[in-house]
Amino acid sequence: METIKLVYPVEGGDLIEAGEASSKMKLTLKKLGLPPDIIRRASICMYEGEINMVIHADGGQAEVEVGLDEITIRMEDHGPGIPDVNKAMEEGFSTAGDTARDLGFGAGMGLPNIKRYSDKMNIETTVGQGTVVTVKIKI
Amino acid sequence: MKHSVALEHQRCRGCTTCIKVCPTEAIRVRRGKASILHERCIDCGRCIQSCPHKAIKSLSDSMYRLEEFSCCVAVPDPALYSQFQHLEYIDTVLNGLQAIGFHRVFEAAKAAELLSDYARRYMKAEGERPIPQISSACPTVLRLIQMRFPKLIDQIEPTITPIELAAILARREAAAETGLPPGRIGVFSIVPCSSKVTLSYTPEYLDHPVLDGAFSIRDIYLRLLKPMRSLEETVPLSTSGVMGVGWCACGGEGAARLDESYLAVDGIGNVIRMLEELEDGRMPEASFVELCACTQGCLGGCLTVENPYIARARVNSLMKGLPMQKVYFDEAGLTQAEVLSQHPLKYTPAFLLDEDRQAAMTKQLQIQELETKLPGLHCSSCGAPTCRAFAEDVVLGRASEEDCIFKVRERMRYMAGPAAADEYLPAPFRRGPENPSDR
Repeated sequence: METIKLVYPVEGGDLIEAGEASSKMKLTLKKLGLPPDIIRRASICMYEGEINMVIHADGGQAEVEVGLDEITIRMEDHGPGIPDVNKAMEEGFSTAGDTARDLGFGAGMGLPNIKRYSDKMNIETTVGQGTVVTVKIKI
Repeated sequence: MKHSVALEHQRCRGCTTCIKVCPTEAIRVRRGKASILHERCIDCGRCIQSCPHKAIKSLSDSMYRLEEFSCCVAVPDPALYSQFQHLEYIDTVLNGLQAIGFHRVFEAAKAAELLSDYARRYMKAEGERPIPQISSACPTVLRLIQMRFPKLIDQIEPTITPIELAAILARREAAAETGLPPGRIGVFSIVPCSSKVTLSYTPEYLDHPVLDGAFSIRDIYLRLLKPMRSLEETVPLSTSGVMGVGWCACGGEGAARLDESYLAVDGIGNVIRMLEELEDGRMPEASFVELCACTQGCLGGCLTVENPYIARARVNSLMKGLPMQKVYFDEAGLTQAEVLSQHPLKYTPAFLLDEDRQAAMTKQLQIQELETKLPGLHCSSCGAPTCRAFAEDVVLGRASEEDCIFKVRERMRYMAGPAAADEYLPAPFRRGPENPSDR
């Protein structure tokens, strides 16, 4: 069985529009009849990833692969990279700027939330080159 | 489910205006006429408002229905009060209703006030429901959530709508005072929108309908004008205060929760965005969320007469002369069970491609594949609102690939050669060298 591939470009600099990719993905997953719980978890991971890409990396791209028993979300950006991944995974730690904070973001819950709602999470990052966050959710 | 939104075929010219505004992509144009995919319709009435040929209607009742009963009770939605210029007293409207054939009136605003009082007294105390609670007052929102936001079903408040509670109380009161059997009493709602017409026949929370029919504000309005002007005496009938009447405007239900923090959203597009956020667990800074499908709430319903903003100003000034609250839940002779749902709401996935997930995935792949071959202009010449919806229609067997004007062009090109093919397309779609008729 072929997997379904969905690609969503995430535009940088536009925090107001962030969340669009997760909404679109959600509607497609509902059309496939996936359990509501799974959809919700995938959508939270996607939303947090989107926000991260907008705040830190001036956008990027999210690729979703839906198989029969697993959803894989791969979020790739060409931003500054994460110097200390362990630190970034701590709840409450954030390097978001004032603008993002003024908009209510930057609570330092992005990556921790992605971890909490996914079954498997992997971060590949190179400072100065970018970050790829890959998330798997079992169906 | 019986929907009240219906098409008048003679008037419809197949113009595709409605298919573009439908928030659930529930309308297609086939053979020159619009047709509604009933399992997707949430009765929001956007199509009724947008149709340039007035071909989409809400099937409300005819006044002749009053003749079927010995005693007829009108249950007016408070939005009715906002429709009249220079109205000083709600009683003028209620007396007017009695002058046009109703024997009694029972205000939905009174029931709304009881529900607000109930919520303040008992809903918070239970405290075990997921936060934020979502208002159950707008039936369109209830249908939308059941169709598209399964994770939020548990967050909808379990209380029935004011019109339904008013109908229950109205029949009871009329039976007690007239001695008639409840079946001889006709209870009719007067409603601002198609959604509440549908609710009158097909309740969401009740096992059986409690109303005998529904009239639209639009139908009643003209009949009321003259009798309201020529009332000989005005009997005091109104029994609702600010808390009840306020429900007709977006934010009124929330405001009546008093010390509870609330958030009120109006307009179907905004409602969908809010639901998306709630579904993703993004918490609003409120424990109660009021969602109104129409602009300004029920005042902007598709079956009202007045501009919703003018209506809002009128309600505001009407409320200035009213006490905050006139009725109390504990004095209304109601049990808690009577205002609560009789069955839970169910997830009815209207967008599912196939019951079988593997089959659904295969279809999704076909849809994505076809979508890449479509022009992406969303021109709706095929009768679907977007190219993606069209791709879905083709894969689900509701349309054929050659319903797309571009696919036809491909065939034309094949048959007639590339130069001629362009001529078959309307100007915005031509790709060849410019020619004078393009201007």
